[in-house]
Formats: sequence, C-alpha cells, structure tokens
Amino acid sequence: MTTSTTVAVIDYGMGNLHSVAKALEHADNHAKVIVTSDKQHIAKADRVVLPGVGSMRDCMGEMQRMDLIETIKQVAKNKPFLGICIGMQALMTHSSENDGVNCLDIIPGEVERFADGLKDPLVNEEQSHLKIPHMGWNQVNQQIKHPLWQHIPQNQRFYFVHSYFVVPKSPEPIAGSTVYSHPICVALAQDNIFATQFHPEKSSDAGLQLFANFINWDGT
Amino acid sequence: MALAKRIIPCLDVDKGRVVKGVQFVDIRDAGDPVEVARRYNNEGADEITFLDITATHEGRDTIVHVVEQVAGEIFIPLTVGGGIRCVEDVRMMLNAGADKVAINSAAVAKPEFVCEAAEKFGNQCIVVAIDAKQVNDGSNDQPPRWEIFTHGGRKATGIDAIEWSKKMVSYGAGELLVTSMDNDGVKNGFDLPLTRAISDSVAVPVIASGGVGNLEHLAEGVIKGHADAVLAASIFHFAEYSINEAKRHMAEQGIEMRL
Repeated sequence: MTTSTTVAVIDYGMGNLHSVAKALEHADNHAKVIVTSDKQHIAKADRVVLPGVGSMRDCMGEMQRMDLIETIKQVAKNKPFLGICIGMQALMTHSSENDGVNCLDIIPGEVERFADGLKDPLVNEEQSHLKIPHMGWNQVNQQIKHPLWQHIPQNQRFYFVHSYFVVPKSPEPIAGSTVYSHPICVALAQDNIFATQFHPEKSSDAGLQLFANFINWDGT
Repeated sequence: MALAKRIIPCLDVDKGRVVKGVQFVDIRDAGDPVEVARRYNNEGADEITFLDITATHEGRDTIVHVVEQVAGEIFIPLTVGGGIRCVEDVRMMLNAGADKVAINSAAVAKPEFVCEAAEKFGNQCIVVAIDAKQVNDGSNDQPPRWEIFTHGGRKATGIDAIEWSKKMVSYGAGELLVTSMDNDGVKNGFDLPLTRAISDSVAVPVIASGGVGNLEHLAEGVIKGHADAVLAASIFHFAEYSINEAKRHMAEQGIEMRL
C-alpha cells in the first residue's frame, strides 16, 4: 500500500483501547491509527473500528451520552467498518443483557446469553459442563469468502471472551461460526461492515492478519 | 471443533525483572520480562500472567512499564496479579494494556472490592486468585476440606475454599486462579481434588496452579482436575520443557489444544 490510511478507533469510554490501536499499527505500519471520541475525526477517517468491553447497557449509554450514535450509524453506511466483541453486538437490533437494551439496529437480529448448564456434545462424561464466559481460543469456520478472511486458514483459532452472542434475523450476514455446545455466529459481513465476536487484537498472528486485511479492504 | 484448554506461563516480576531464574540459552537477558514474554509467545503460550512480587510501593511502577511494553508487541491476553488493592490499581493495569487483573488478598480483606471492580470494568477482566490449603484430607469420615490462606500461605482465614469460590463468582469474578499452597513449589502436581471440587461447583473457567513438575501434571490438571487452563512457572522458566512440547503432550492425551 502506497498511501496511508487513517483508522479511527472509537473511544466511547468502554475499556482500554490500547491493544486494539497497537495491534492495528503493528498489522500495517502505513496505517495512521487514532483513538478518538471526536465526531469529526470519526467522520473524516478512512475506516472505523468500534471495539468494546463491558455490558451493553453501559455501552449504549456511553454512546448516547457522548452523542456518537448518529455518527456511528453514518460511518457504518459508507466506509470500511469493523465491530469487535461488544462493538459487534451493538450493531444488532436488541440485546437481552441488562434486562433488555435497544442497540444500533444496523444489522437486524438479537443478542442472547449462553444458557446455564451447557453441555459439550463431544465429551461423554461428567466434565462436559461448559463454562461461561466462553473464554479462550476456539476455531472459526469461515461461512463465506470475504476479503477479511484472506490468508487466514479455515477453522483457525481466535481468542474469545463473552457471555452473549448474536443471532442475526436472517442467515445472509453470517460470515463465520464457531461451536460452543451449539453453533454460534461469530463473524458478520454486510456491505462495508465486518464484525467479529472474537478479539483479533488478542489472537496473535491470525488476528493481526485480519487487521491487515481490514486496513487494505476497500469495503466491497 | 471445540474450545481449547489453555497453557499459561507465569512470570514472577520483582522491580521490573523476572525472578526465580529463567534459563533460556538463546535469550540475551533472561531477566527481561519483555524478552521472556516474547519467547513464550513464540512458543505458543495461550496467555501470559505476570505476578508482581515487588514488596515496596515505589518499585511498583515498574510493572506498569513492563505491561505497556509487552502489550505493545505481543498480542495475546495478559493478566497481572500481585498488589491489586483498589479500583485505581485495576484501572492502571488495564490502561497499561493488561486484559485481566488477578485479585488475591484484597478480595479476602474486602470482598466488596471484587463487586466494585467487576461492576466497573466487567467480569471478563476480574480473576480472583484463591490460595488454598487442605485442612482435612477426608480420612476421618469427614469430607475433605480446604481453607483460604493469605500471606503466601502463612495465615489461615478459616474460610472454606469451595464456599469462597462460589461467593467470588457471585460477586463478579469472571475466572478463578486456584493455587494449592500445599503443592506450590513441590513439583508433585496440582491438588487435583481441590481443583476439581472448585471447577465443578462454579460456572466460570478455573485455572489450576501450584505444583507442576512435568508435562503429565499439566494434562492431569485438565483431565482429572477439570481445569479450563493450567498455569506453570518453573518448568518453563528453566527450559525443562517448551510450551509447544507441553501443548503437544496434552493434545496426545486427547485434550483440545491450540497447536
């Protein structure tokens, strides 16, 4: 890549964005990464990352308080956009977390909690009870071909930590899935938007590859 | 397809330097935590834990710089434990680039601190470290019993380890790091009944710690101890085994691993 690209990592007060920004810089040293809550900076950036940890109520509450919702909806329409973890869940219509929270409704669907007492269908013994949060390295099955999956092997492991997962209304945006007791959607693709439930910034080389792919993606 | 069990090497850091001897032939400075973390990352560590054992308050800033440096170039989850006593300590470590903090004696002294930290930063980054000793081995018609000990295993609290684990999860711990004070440093393996008793009674992941002397111990921690992750220090520091070797051994025992 010859020209530099500006990546805005949206800072809406939800946790530490240091690792996301560092990993983006590490993935492509031509990228100019800014961590910002400034609406103009976000609107002017070439591409946008919506990260996040914490609960959905706090997440939507902070976006509202900082008056970022319209800006996020706008940039999600017209430039390469990457949602990570809560930043993926926030794209959906509604989450069942915190007794129900309305989200950005950019991708139709719900966010649901893993049921208690999940069983591992692969293990036939007492050890089959699965823990919540789903924490650690799980395999991601790429459901579609997509520029963000480039150079990433099928069923590559990525790092997850979450208790809620997205259930899109229709199967079209599902870009990747994993199995935790049952199959769950862990990557979404819709036009210029890509989103992952796993944390590329904590997924070592595979995560850096996905970030490099995002930085070089024109959103089509 | 399944979630992999994790191997977590632990580095004891004193005033910004790795202690307890790290002996890698190809490392220039075996006391440099950044270099050791880099090495573990290259060997396939699933996460890295730093345990800050710096006794003086003044020396404690150094761990922040270590975390910053490591987080700037190694992109796997990082946990920092040791001396985390207030919300400000948690914030400082997370801002430096840690993904999780391990809270130990402060949780015993003031359990509400765990609630406060989990509420503020999310359960996913709050690990409660539980140091337990067996006080009854079950040979006298009583069920086996473990108690929480503080001050490096010197001070009994009278708190039952299983009850404490459940309480810490209800207070918001997203993960438990269970160390057997009987086995720590002894190299005879984890306290498997303790690990299993805790892992089977809570919904969150459990990391087994204390006592690893060989690769079979790591596998036992998962198979018999029902641990979701295994933590070890000295077997990796002294380069007796590489992390990759450990992972391959565990995979051969039928354990799902990230290879």
